[in-house]
Amino acid sequence: MSGTTPRTICTQLGMNTAIPNPLALVAELTHRCPLHCVYCSNPLELTKRERELPAEAWARVLREAAELGVLQVDFTGGEPLARPDLTEIVRAARAAGLYVSLITSGLPLDEKRLNELIAAGLDHFQLSFQGAQEESAALASGTRTHAQKLCVARWVKQRRIGLTLNFVIHRQNLGELEDMVRLAEEVSPGRVEFAHVQYYGWAFENRARLLPSREQLNRSLEIIKQAEERLRGRIRVEYVVPDYYAKYPKACMGGWGCKVLLVKPDGDVLPCHAANVLPGMKFENVQAKPLRTIWYESDAFEKYRGEEWMPELCRSCDRRSQDFGGCRCQAFLLTHDAAATDPVCTKSPQRSLVDSILADVNSAASAAHLAPISPSDWLYRPNPR
Amino acid sequence: MSSRPDPQSRPRLAPGCRLNEKSQPQRVLLMPERALRLNGPSLEIIERCDGNHTVRQIITELQKLYSKAEPQKVEEDILGYLARLNEQRAVDFE
Repeated sequence: MSGTTPRTICTQLGMNTAIPNPLALVAELTHRCPLHCVYCSNPLELTKRERELPAEAWARVLREAAELGVLQVDFTGGEPLARPDLTEIVRAARAAGLYVSLITSGLPLDEKRLNELIAAGLDHFQLSFQGAQEESAALASGTRTHAQKLCVARWVKQRRIGLTLNFVIHRQNLGELEDMVRLAEEVSPGRVEFAHVQYYGWAFENRARLLPSREQLNRSLEIIKQAEERLRGRIRVEYVVPDYYAKYPKACMGGWGCKVLLVKPDGDVLPCHAANVLPGMKFENVQAKPLRTIWYESDAFEKYRGEEWMPELCRSCDRRSQDFGGCRCQAFLLTHDAAATDPVCTKSPQRSLVDSILADVNSAASAAHLAPISPSDWLYRPNPR
Repeated sequence: MSSRPDPQSRPRLAPGCRLNEKSQPQRVLLMPERALRLNGPSLEIIERCDGNHTVRQIITELQKLYSKAEPQKVEEDILGYLARLNEQRAVDFE
């Protein structure tokens, strides 16, 4: 095939006639959680239990998602296991033809319930860890749950489903990174993620004590590189750098309204989990409208889709189809303009905002001030009232 | 570097990896946090990663199925594809 297709013309003109179908659904089943992590990505305003969608409503949403072309659903929260009807919801997802992942802290769970979830069609269990040992994990999560997580990891490993260990890393626990790698090696999941905290939600509030120094970051890169080489063919190692230290922004959610949609516990549909920080956004609800209409026609999904909304800097940049101008929530949190270039981009005229934050955490004075810390220094994420 | 699969080993989809339903118009290999689109030959290979077929048997069967292609090329392609799947932790060799 040669010549220009209508779709590439539209792209060149910044028009948006060819909207792709979504591939993944992130389903926040509840905002309740046994943990109180200081970097929780949930919004500061948590959804109350009485506003949570019932299982039948979720079953319908999951069917609508599959009909839209969604292949995979991530059940998350809060803690999805906090819902007593989780097995029923997993069964509905699998019946709709979806690949089912549970993104979980592993509590509350016993082997009987795990067996029920697997029988209902659970494909993949992603278990979070807050450190390599109980003390550091307790400091970040405000709970003593590390030993239980080790137990859950062994249970899952004994059964034939996918297992990912997810270590959330930051200034206070990076010294344990090698121990985390060892722990992963002992459990031997198919996949392990070492994900630096990103700064939205509760993490934004606690940023000064979470953002690592450049020295810590460089050391972590070396450790991960060695782990990747050693574990190749046994464990897939994935590493997520903190945006603030990156040269270019990430392709947030694979592009706004391009690949992923997120349904909140009350049924509001968002293009990303932090989108409710953005001013002037109105989100549609699955109780009022079909998912298809929300994906293709709602103002929230149209708002930053494609290139029309972009500042000239992004619209004329070769990387615009790779990173889509970066993260809208990050742009808003740092510049107070949701339509600005993501300021982590080295080309952004506002990169100095990020650089001054980095200068602060890398100064000798802050190194002394910021570690070690005690529980009273943090803002822990509470449960919704 | 990924190592060359042993011809006598039996590839099997790793835990957490499976094909989507046959009734779907586009067949994909579903795995944690990703999905791999499958075309003719890749689907033929994946369908045989069942812990029963040896690598050698998969090669022989695909050489028959794609008899117009150079047999040596078919073998190389299959070995390379299986090694990549192993590195992505989609396939184990048993």
